[in-house]
Amino acid sequence: MTAVATSSVDVLAAVRAIPDPEVPVITIDDLGILRSVDLDGDRLRVVITPTYSGCPAMEAIRANIQRVAADHGYEADVSMQLSPAWTTDWMSADGRDALARFGIAPPHVLKDGPVAVGLSVRQVTCPLCGSTDTEELSRFGSTSCKALRRCVSCREPFEEFKAL
Amino acid sequence: MGRAPDTTVPEGDSLAAAYCLQLGDDALIYAQRLGEWISRAPQIEEDMALGNIGLDQLGQARALLTRVGELDGSGRTEDDLAYLRDEREFRNVQLVEQPRGDFAFEMARLLWFSSYQAELYAALLTSEDEVLSAVAHKAVKEVAYHRDHATQWVLRLGDGTLESHDRMQTALEAVLPYLAELFDDDAVSLAAAEAGRGVAPSGLHDAVVARVGAVVDEATLTLPNDSRWRSRGGRTGAHSSAMGHLLADMQHIARSHPGAQW
Repeated sequence: MTAVATSSVDVLAAVRAIPDPEVPVITIDDLGILRSVDLDGDRLRVVITPTYSGCPAMEAIRANIQRVAADHGYEADVSMQLSPAWTTDWMSADGRDALARFGIAPPHVLKDGPVAVGLSVRQVTCPLCGSTDTEELSRFGSTSCKALRRCVSCREPFEEFKAL
Repeated sequence: MGRAPDTTVPEGDSLAAAYCLQLGDDALIYAQRLGEWISRAPQIEEDMALGNIGLDQLGQARALLTRVGELDGSGRTEDDLAYLRDEREFRNVQLVEQPRGDFAFEMARLLWFSSYQAELYAALLTSEDEVLSAVAHKAVKEVAYHRDHATQWVLRLGDGTLESHDRMQTALEAVLPYLAELFDDDAVSLAAAEAGRGVAPSGLHDAVVARVGAVVDEATLTLPNDSRWRSRGGRTGAHSSAMGHLLADMQHIARSHPGAQW
């Protein structure tokens, strides 16, 4: 592919707009796992952070960043940063809206400290009908970052992005 | 028990490497056991749950073993350490290598081990080793979910039917001989604690027992404390008969096809 010379603004925006491979309705920027993206001459320096230690999507995200950079005529150095640890509190308002529109309940905002242990009485709104009468089916869903719930009102199952 | 274990305590970076190896091996071997549940759990949600918990453990192991290779000067990668070491070179406690029992056994093991890891990683948040501290910041949130999951199952099984109650009680007794080893102050951990990088395992004991004890009480079960024997030696490379079989399963593809990729 011939590299197309584009402005630096374009490549930065293109990297920010890369979708998450497992939840493609949200971009890596809105998800909060893109920690920084900077231009250094003709190289792009990108820092990402994993959602969970074992998140299998990180390799795909790294490859996607390098491909998008190459499409704009840049080479990308992608590094992984563990600290400070990612939290769902870094998810943008746009990202939360996108999840809800897609039928995934967005994560609740954590006050501080680690996750509460025990049977929680937290209210989660059904993204399909808006009812708060929902119940948890499984704390662990199709990916590390999601739990499985069911709406008691409209009877539809749905996923919830777990607060972390 | 065959060859005498190597109990030399390394210094400096090698000490940090030896300490990371213990934590990394615990996580790696437990990830392998948890992965065995996929397609074997009592319901599909549990296939997902135990698979996800195993994935968290694997992620922690990858970061820790990568750090070992950086620190010990050997240049070994996470894969070299996982696939190309022999049984005597693994430093995990024997609890995590025990064969998958029934579901109650796994929930008993998960409750104890995740409660132990929760206290451990909380203590490592302030480790002077920046990688250990970073791993702990991520892991402490993950293992809180693991502990919560095990808690809910132990409550449900203990306070369930006569059958589930009895099997949960039997499971608590089955893991008992392997618990003391978690809290043994081995030379490497003590030296790492002294250096501000690690934590003395004995210091975690009371908090872990209090946490597990509260769950067991609420589940109408009894916390057993009278064991006729106890495991020891995992931290110096002495393992139970289960370990060789586990490694054969985990390592044979990588060893049969060196350097293979997909």
